[in-house]
Amino acid sequence: MRNPIGHWLNSDIGHSFKASKTATGAAGIAFVFIFCAIFAQWVAPTNPFDPASLDLMDARLPPAWVEEGSLKYLLGTDDQGRDILSALIYGARISLIVGIASVAVSLCVGVSLGLLAGFRGGWLDTFLMRLCDIMLSFPAILVALLIAGVGRALLPQADESLAFVVLIVSISLTGWVQYARTVRGTTLVERNKEYVQAARVTGVAPFRIMVRHVLPNVLGPVLVLATIQVATAIITEATLSFLGVGVPPTSPSLGTLIRIGNDFLFSGEWWITIFPGLTLVLIALSVNLLGDWLRDALNPRLH
Amino acid sequence: MFSFIVQRLLQAVIVMVCVAFVAFLLFQYVGDPVLFMLGQDATADQIIALRKDLGLDRSFVIQFFNFLINAVQGEFGISLRQGAKVSRLIAERLPATLELAFVAAGLALLAGIPMGVYAALKRDAWMSQLLMTVSLLGVSLPTFLIGILLILFFSVLLGWFPSFGRGDVIRLGGWSTGLLSAKGWHHIILPALTLAIFQLTLIMRLVRAEMLEVLRTDYIKFARARGLSNSAIHFGHALKNTLIPVMTITGLQLGGLIAFAIITETVFQWPGMGLLFIQAVTYADVPVMAAYLCLIALIFVVINLIVDLLYFAVDPRLRIGNLGGRST
Repeated sequence: MRNPIGHWLNSDIGHSFKASKTATGAAGIAFVFIFCAIFAQWVAPTNPFDPASLDLMDARLPPAWVEEGSLKYLLGTDDQGRDILSALIYGARISLIVGIASVAVSLCVGVSLGLLAGFRGGWLDTFLMRLCDIMLSFPAILVALLIAGVGRALLPQADESLAFVVLIVSISLTGWVQYARTVRGTTLVERNKEYVQAARVTGVAPFRIMVRHVLPNVLGPVLVLATIQVATAIITEATLSFLGVGVPPTSPSLGTLIRIGNDFLFSGEWWITIFPGLTLVLIALSVNLLGDWLRDALNPRLH
Repeated sequence: MFSFIVQRLLQAVIVMVCVAFVAFLLFQYVGDPVLFMLGQDATADQIIALRKDLGLDRSFVIQFFNFLINAVQGEFGISLRQGAKVSRLIAERLPATLELAFVAAGLALLAGIPMGVYAALKRDAWMSQLLMTVSLLGVSLPTFLIGILLILFFSVLLGWFPSFGRGDVIRLGGWSTGLLSAKGWHHIILPALTLAIFQLTLIMRLVRAEMLEVLRTDYIKFARARGLSNSAIHFGHALKNTLIPVMTITGLQLGGLIAFAIITETVFQWPGMGLLFIQAVTYADVPVMAAYLCLIALIFVVINLIVDLLYFAVDPRLRIGNLGGRST
């Protein structure tokens, strides 16, 4: 146990991870993105938000391998002379933060409500599941878009942090349903098992049974769901930002960068849009592949 | 049967009232219509008079009730930005969105079903493998990125298709259509394709999965034993039974198409309701936002209701026993 990573690699899941080329590849890509996001200040060649580092003479330079490109700006520059690579790294950081934060919020809400519904049953269960049915009958992106739009209108003097809160809430309000349904389903199965009955007979309080006994046993599917939801949340965030109801323009995410670059598509500056778009797809794809692998690895029936 | 319908109707009404309440809150908390109408230098007397005139001095509940009555009649006031009646603005934009959604749905069905059938019948052909791989990519690509890529290839590089607007529009009474002119079709292809790709991959995968499932059943084996021809088995027996879930999903997805149209319309500057809504959000144009909110909720509630009832009519198993409704 002294070396947790070594210990993990030697477990069942660790072996299945090492055996799967897709999983290691996807994890590698995801790791690179997360590393760059955390250490953006040191990884990025320039700070795209520092006006002093911008030079309009360098505006709209193509990537380094195209003629006229300069090695100083590997992926070219945008209309203000901002280095695309640096903007990308900072943008990916914001996308990842929003994606992970909204998954965390929806996970907490969904797991607690699902646990409560499954464990308590009764009218609460009926009410929550009806609510889930209704939420599921609307596409997630539409609900997020409407909430973000309405939230933006209701908070007209929204400062930056409030805009982030509105965005995260709007994404998580659509995500919790999945967790609630999954957790409720597993809880219904678990609550009749012997260990729960044993705990009940020995006089453990219901709340304690719910949290300490049932909860750890329903977390497996939640983990898989959460991984896949990170990809969904990042794409939702990018879409909202692309439509102009996402992150504030002063801290551009990948979606904002694509939105800005979209205006230059016709004047031939394709790199301003294509690189952020490619990054977005790469992040989403690697997280999705990781989630797929995790689902198979945690499924005992496949072994 | 009866209790099922009543339950669904009740649910629909509750959803509509909730959405209407949110729309009403928008009016209550965003901007002050009195100041907007009178300007900054209105006297206190004028303000009180107008408040009374507009019914803003009444209680919250009565105001909400009045709002509901107006909303049911499609009356949401005047757009703050465009100065026109909201109901007229929406009526002008509705045809563009509906045409886009229906062309996309047609495209998705016409291409998706044959592709799914092919992928199921010729499971191991390289073409099927290719279709499945490409469809996986189609699911992971966000809609707006598909639109941008299509514009980059077909408009900027190849110059085949225009990238914005509806082209020529012909007016038929209150309906403006772009589907009667060559130019209109020319303009609708890229946005419709963008909108259709996600649904297309979905329908294809669904048809393939259902088809494989059905082909394993006993009645298919029995049909083979009876010596029916392959095409009779595949299309007369298998495909027919595959289409029930496909129909449900397609119905639900029609709502999805109208929702995703917001994104496609923004990318292609398509003058539909979605673009109207996004512009309204940017300018905090409350009446337009409220109207769109209620309309989109209504569309969804109606589609869901119809799909539920259709499902009920098509699948005899649902009519006996389990009346709790569809479980996903």
